[in-house]
Amino acid sequence: MDGYYAWMIVATALVLMMTTPALALFYGGMTRAKSVLNMMMMSYVAMAVVGIVYVLWGWSESFGPHQLLGGLFANPFSLFGLKGVPWGSYIGVMFQLTFASITAALISGAIADRVKLSSWVVFLPLWVTLCYFPLAHMVWGGGWIATHLAAQDYAGGTVVHINAGVAGGVLALIIGRRIGFKKEPMKPHNLTLTMIGAGLLWFGWYGFNVGSLVFTAGDGGAKDTAQFMTETGVTFVNTTIATMAAMLAWLVVERYMHGKATSLGAASGIVAGLVAITPSCGAVDVVGAIVIGVVAGAACAWAVGLKYKMDLDDSLDVVGVHLVGGVVGTVLIGFLSTSSAPGGIDGLFYGGGLTSLGHQSAAAGISIVWTALFTTLIGLGIKHTIGWRIPAEDEVDGIDFAEHGESAYDFEGRGGSVLGGGALTGGGLKKTTTEGALA
Amino acid sequence: MKLVTAVIKPHKWEDVRVALDAFGVTGMTVSEVSGYGRQKGHTEVYRGAEYDIALVPKVRVEIVLDDADVDEVVNVVAKAAATGRIGDGKVWVTPVDTIVRVRTGDRDEAAV
Repeated sequence: MDGYYAWMIVATALVLMMTTPALALFYGGMTRAKSVLNMMMMSYVAMAVVGIVYVLWGWSESFGPHQLLGGLFANPFSLFGLKGVPWGSYIGVMFQLTFASITAALISGAIADRVKLSSWVVFLPLWVTLCYFPLAHMVWGGGWIATHLAAQDYAGGTVVHINAGVAGGVLALIIGRRIGFKKEPMKPHNLTLTMIGAGLLWFGWYGFNVGSLVFTAGDGGAKDTAQFMTETGVTFVNTTIATMAAMLAWLVVERYMHGKATSLGAASGIVAGLVAITPSCGAVDVVGAIVIGVVAGAACAWAVGLKYKMDLDDSLDVVGVHLVGGVVGTVLIGFLSTSSAPGGIDGLFYGGGLTSLGHQSAAAGISIVWTALFTTLIGLGIKHTIGWRIPAEDEVDGIDFAEHGESAYDFEGRGGSVLGGGALTGGGLKKTTTEGALA
Repeated sequence: MKLVTAVIKPHKWEDVRVALDAFGVTGMTVSEVSGYGRQKGHTEVYRGAEYDIALVPKVRVEIVLDDADVDEVVNVVAKAAATGRIGDGKVWVTPVDTIVRVRTGDRDEAAV
């Protein structure tokens, strides 16, 4: 199984790339120019904070040996700091670490432009501890959902996307709308970044989905090899074509509703399709993957308009894309799952009756309730202690300078010319770290 | 002496430049500007949210001339910049008190 091991090293690095930089670019391009750095930093910081927490108690709480409360999570301290975890399992730990990081980073899109970096840093460990690690244990770690339901979630429809989508919606509600929401223009400032981000997400998603294979025999030999050599092809194909179908569906819907097929629609459709095929890439055949892609692309294209009716500033549509796409992918398994796919379960359309649909819906429902409850507790806790929002004046002037002391772009001059930077803005280099104040 | 200022559609800028060159205008100042007139702006849609974009891109051309050339240059610019559609822009003329050529110190008509 040397080939599998080598592939998992690559897959882990691919998923890491999905957060830094792919998601940061995808989100960053959609914000206004005055807050792009903060938006990207929320992803970068999430990667680092969640990553450290993951090796301390995240792996133990998700996949550790001592289940607690009937399988709601595992003891966070039995493998604390990876104590006792063999080196040969380290790549598996790192693979799961990248999933935890991107799930937390996904939430940031719902609360763009207005949140203190310090509050985000406090939120991250609390949220992964109370929401992500328990759900990962329940679905993948042999916990309650895995033992009570025959629900299929290949790579994280519930654990990643429903989880992040619900958390984003709850936080957007608790933290409140951006100043000027629905009044001032808040259009994306750089869709080329968003297009690059979406493309890199797609590329990285092969690590995410195809890398999520779990061996059924676990013999480390011929049976596992045979499964690896066949199942990866199915999940790769399904991940690809569902994404293509979703992108086209989104473009058709917006062409019909608004008259133009947009680049933001293409980028969004790609992500919607990837989200929906995440739980289902091992459950369906080619036809099923196309149907899931079309439904996800069309449903999300429609759902992103709801926030204006609900007056909910889910700024970059974490609910509209990740919750809706996650539910679409998770629940459609109940209809489109086929025993001729690796998952081996027939859904409603393949003669399996309502059993699979029931299990899928229950898994989605439990995830929604669990995350809504605990994210509300954390969100309100932070709101009434250290607070979430930066001062109103800072928000209007731009969070990049307020929180980071930087601005993303040099709008003033042509870079490198005499007018670039200093001369026109009336400033110049004042001091450096090593030389102190310059004369 | 007069200052001729033209605000035109960006895609007509090259036509205007060529026409002015053919007429014999030897220099000008050009800037990319934003604005709107009777055509107003346009609508952009991002994930279903429609935005009214009031300002549209324009090119501003500024030329300093002898009084004698002004009428003809205004005609050259207006003709070259015209598409016949709303939003073609405007040309206007303002008086200029003094001109100095920085290199030589020539003043007024000698500096045009």
